[in-house]
Amino acid sequence: MIIRGTRLTIEKRLVPSSSAYLLIPIFSIFMALLVGSIFLYFSGHEPVAVYYKMFKGAFGSRYGITETIVKAIPLTLVGLGVALAFRMQLWNIGGEGQLYMGAFAATWVALTFPEGSVWWVMPAMIALGMLAGGLWALLTAIPKAIWGVNEIITTLMLNYVAILWVDYLVYGPWKDPAGFNFPLTAVFSDAATLPGLFDSRVHAGLFFGIVAAIILYLVVYHTRWGYEIRVTGENPGAARYAGMNTTRNIMLVMLFSGALCGLAGMSEVSGIGHRLQHGLSPGYGYTAIIVAWLSRLNPFAVILVAILFGGLQVGGFIVQTSGIPSSMVYMLQGLLLFFVLGGELLTGYRLNRVPATGEATK
Amino acid sequence: MKKIDKKTLWALVVTLMMALVLAGCGGSGGEEDSQAGQGEEEKFKVAFVYITSAGDAGWTYAHDLGRQYLQDQLPWVDASEIVENVPENPADAEQVITQLAEQGNKVIFTTSFGYMDPTINVAQKYPDVTFVHCSGYKTADNVGAYFGRMYQARYLSGLVAGQATESNIIGYVGAHPIPEVIRGINAFTVGVRAANPDAKVKVVWTNSWFDPTVEKQSAEVLLDAGADVIAQHMDSPAPMQAAEERGKLGVGYNSDMREQAPGAVMTSPMWEWGPYYVETVQAIKDGTFDPTPTAGSLTYWGGLKEGLVKISDYGPMVPEETKQLVEQEKARIVSGEWDVFDGLLKDQNGEVKVAEGQKMTDDEMLAMDWFVEGVEGKITAPKF
Repeated sequence: MIIRGTRLTIEKRLVPSSSAYLLIPIFSIFMALLVGSIFLYFSGHEPVAVYYKMFKGAFGSRYGITETIVKAIPLTLVGLGVALAFRMQLWNIGGEGQLYMGAFAATWVALTFPEGSVWWVMPAMIALGMLAGGLWALLTAIPKAIWGVNEIITTLMLNYVAILWVDYLVYGPWKDPAGFNFPLTAVFSDAATLPGLFDSRVHAGLFFGIVAAIILYLVVYHTRWGYEIRVTGENPGAARYAGMNTTRNIMLVMLFSGALCGLAGMSEVSGIGHRLQHGLSPGYGYTAIIVAWLSRLNPFAVILVAILFGGLQVGGFIVQTSGIPSSMVYMLQGLLLFFVLGGELLTGYRLNRVPATGEATK
Repeated sequence: MKKIDKKTLWALVVTLMMALVLAGCGGSGGEEDSQAGQGEEEKFKVAFVYITSAGDAGWTYAHDLGRQYLQDQLPWVDASEIVENVPENPADAEQVITQLAEQGNKVIFTTSFGYMDPTINVAQKYPDVTFVHCSGYKTADNVGAYFGRMYQARYLSGLVAGQATESNIIGYVGAHPIPEVIRGINAFTVGVRAANPDAKVKVVWTNSWFDPTVEKQSAEVLLDAGADVIAQHMDSPAPMQAAEERGKLGVGYNSDMREQAPGAVMTSPMWEWGPYYVETVQAIKDGTFDPTPTAGSLTYWGGLKEGLVKISDYGPMVPEETKQLVEQEKARIVSGEWDVFDGLLKDQNGEVKVAEGQKMTDDEMLAMDWFVEGVEGKITAPKF
């Protein structure tokens, strides 16, 4: 790149700048809002007023806050799940599908044992939901670990399989017999319903997210296995040289990653929908990938960023009544990701100005 | 996170962008007259929840025309609050409906099937607000259920298609295999076969209400299979445009789709929600609205007779004799002398479902989960 006789080169930083580590995500958010406001301005809206209304809608009332948390719960769980895999440079794009499989397995328990007692129905739903999500992810981990099959493709593809599998069930065998042939399962019994909190739609899945974040933090930073995951993510060659069992770790990490996504699906059907249905998730599995990136894979940051994105979703619907198109929110999310990934480059690399010597670089 | 393989990073970026674009597309328009909400006090606020954007030229567009009609007819109403592209999942729908109730709306119309449970849930918390849900089957003290007998208009459009086909294969792009859509396909097929007993109707599912790309591809699959007329239960005009590109004919849906595909569209079964919205809002204001079901599980199920459904004006390719046939059949339905699913009616396997001289009840029609004779397609398995 040549700019007026000066040449800019991109150079790798030996040690990533630590201030950049925190500043860049914040700067990314700022830039995304700025670019978003240009779009808003030219489509005839007052950007500051729109952002204010979004913020107020999502965080300015008790109701707004509870609804933001409702959306942050699945985002947190899936965000934690994919962040664990990302830590080892395993690109699990399949959170959406693993969420659906978790919802499927939990629903199976609820529909098969409508009379069951809460003392074993609820644990069974949690266990099977996590197992189903985990096994769904493991399906991609095995070919990855053994033959090096690209998990980005396989996890993404399995999303569609899982969504269609759930569709098949709700349009067919699991249709509520009393439901006029509409594609909904029967409503879960009370035993299969996660209790609500604070007299709102916030449900006990909130604790799943918090507990999962604490456990993940302890495991990743304070156990030998967590150390192995981090080393493998940083330098797979060194990990193998040090005698770490990468094959086993790939499978285990994907299993746990999927299990957390499965738990998100379980808590969504049990806490919010109280039945399985088409279109269960509005793309939590994809949004959570952005959440994981933006939080730099730190489990506690995942919770905070999930709340931010939950608020973005809630605020996005709120501003619609004053005429802002709904696509605005998706655009803002896309801009966030764009700037976060762009910022990534600046954390690990730096721009250098060198006087031009005549030869151009690529 | 320092050493991310460049290729991997790009693959990730591209994948995510695609996912976001997919999630975000379908969202446009929404330029609404928001000024109506401010300055003018004490207006009777009426809100609408939409599944797609009002610019879809389809289902939501028809509802939005109804909303505009309501606004024009009743000056004391403020019908400016709409929320578009609300997904049919419980997390989002319930939040949006609550928010509208919270913002002081007296009446909230929720215009897609998937909003049924969320509507009922929110209604329990806001007994002073009246909710009216379209295309479901649940009612409550402050929740009405409304829909239209679109099957009657579909039958008329089937007559037009049956007379037009030369290959005797008619393609039908269907959304979701639920009773509403199945009923429409059946009524259309009954019409097709009344005009042309040799014709068959082939069905392809898209598993979506609005997805122009998939809608078009599905229509192309049907055209490849020999169809020379395409009908649709979809919210965009894409199937009509596919037919037009191949020089074939079509029957639209929701709005007069001759605008988008003038070379293909012969007619379109259409909704006329406006008068119903005016009547309902007036009744709610007067305190005379009664959500008790009157037609099966529905509070209101208007048809050709009430003017809630109709077929649009014809394209130039429709011959005079077809128009006469349609008029004649329409008169039979409006007078109540005959309805589309009166016996004798057989299913796909030739089994008699409604015996000669018998009628289907409203509840039976509302729960229809089988195809009539002449339909080629399956109901249970979604399209993969």
